[in-house]
Amino acid sequence: MTIASLIASPSELTDAASNKTAIVLMTRIRLARNLAAQPFPGWAKPAQRTRIAEICTAAVAAATPLKRSLNVAVDQLGELEKQILVERHLISRELSGSKQGSSVIISKDQTVSVMVNEEDHLRIQVLRAGFQLKKTWNVINELDTALEASLDYAFSPTLGYLTACPTNLGTGMRASAMMHLPALVISSQMEKVVRAVNQLGMVVRGLFGEGSDASGSIFQISNQTTLGESEEEILKRLTSVLQSIIEHELNAREKLLEADSGKLFDKIGRAYGIMQNSHLLNSSEAMNLLSLIRLGIDLGVFPDANRSTIDRLFIEAQPGHLQHAQKGEFDPAQRDLLRAAHLRSEFANFVRPDFTLINSNGKN
Amino acid sequence: MANPLKCDLCDKPATVHLTQIVSNKVHKVDLCEACAQAKGVTDPSGFSLSDLLLKASLNPESGPGAMRCESCGFTQADFKKHGRFGCPACYDAFKGMLEPMLDGMHKGTKHTGKIPQAALARQTLHERLSKLELDLSDAIKSERYEDAARTRDEISQFKQAPDQSPPR
Ligand SMILES: [Zn+2]
Ligand SMILES: [Zn+2]
Repeated sequence: MTIASLIASPSELTDAASNKTAIVLMTRIRLARNLAAQPFPGWAKPAQRTRIAEICTAAVAAATPLKRSLNVAVDQLGELEKQILVERHLISRELSGSKQGSSVIISKDQTVSVMVNEEDHLRIQVLRAGFQLKKTWNVINELDTALEASLDYAFSPTLGYLTACPTNLGTGMRASAMMHLPALVISSQMEKVVRAVNQLGMVVRGLFGEGSDASGSIFQISNQTTLGESEEEILKRLTSVLQSIIEHELNAREKLLEADSGKLFDKIGRAYGIMQNSHLLNSSEAMNLLSLIRLGIDLGVFPDANRSTIDRLFIEAQPGHLQHAQKGEFDPAQRDLLRAAHLRSEFANFVRPDFTLINSNGKN
Repeated sequence: MANPLKCDLCDKPATVHLTQIVSNKVHKVDLCEACAQAKGVTDPSGFSLSDLLLKASLNPESGPGAMRCESCGFTQADFKKHGRFGCPACYDAFKGMLEPMLDGMHKGTKHTGKIPQAALARQTLHERLSKLELDLSDAIKSERYEDAARTRDEISQFKQAPDQSPPR
């Protein structure tokens, strides 16, 4: 598979959207793994990095979920291509800036990606649309076991999987969920949620912006610690934290509707109007408007079938995707024009909001 | 203030103060403007508080200053600079400074999760194979040819499937 055909293919995140993805857009797990008796990527000499990459990519490309995958060295990718992979959550910013000897292997369906010579020799990642921690864990666990059959992992019985940074020791696992939490943001409860979640040993990060007022109201919640608990225990704790956040978001939606539905409807209606008529949209404003339309879908104001369009636009409205679609590089002001034009055309035939269809509890 | 807080990474006065709670322990990091910028505190996508906590917990005056990993040449000063280790063997070399650090960083200090069974089994297999090869040369030396033939058969059986798990 080539990078061009991968970019042209729909990804898990934009295609699988349904009412099952209403609040949790995506589940993602990554495992950090290293080869025994080899220096970590940041300390390895160029020849060692090349050797490590050869060993790792050979093993990874032979694993079943990664047959006929994209297998490419990072220095063979253009800036825009790298940016697109970052925007699709398939590689990290760190990998996209890394030197010779780093590569990435991405499955055809873009649910599995393995970064080679990022901070660790291997960063294995599996993502799934919706709230699917268990299934995601099963897939990545199986892939990890398959790789271990041919790779000698650096492992200590007391410290677990040995990683370049001690913050990843033990399971080497970072499990996360991307959540859409517009009602908690609108009702200014996000700061409280962030604090409570931190106390439970989980981290909250805005996906497109600052901490508790991220644009698009999309947050990533993940485990902070990796040593001292099994994978199952970590996933169980994360699951219960996520469930309680979902509960709070649903309650916040209900309260917004009860307290001042006019204000909420106004926000959603205006978002629709701007989408159809604006000529300049920066990234942050576009994310916030898309978030309101998405909330409208969850509430029944727009048909459920439109959720996948919005999830696709969340990704297409980002700089890498915008520029790639226009086959060129553009400065931020030009991008705002392009973004507005793209959203205008997408919303030209987008069904009008119908506020009589509201389902009062906000639950689908 | 008579005694302004100093940056955890350098010695300039700290102007950025961060607090995070991990496993019910409160962690505080104080940074100067320059270090906060350099560590991406202003860029949420690239910022990890745990990395900072890690560096802040590394007081250069504590512990033997001359720790060095024999396998990769990594020193304690390198760790202070990068916040990452040089190779897996560094975890043995820097054991002394690791333990207090892990205590505040994680839920526990002992791994209770997945174990790479296949890799460990492969290790056992290799050990068995080298033992058989030793047996073989012993048998030949002491002219126990029946033993030698049997051992040779066993070895060739192993070698047919060098990367398989041993029979259960
Ligand atoms: Zn400083
Ligand atoms: Zn070392």
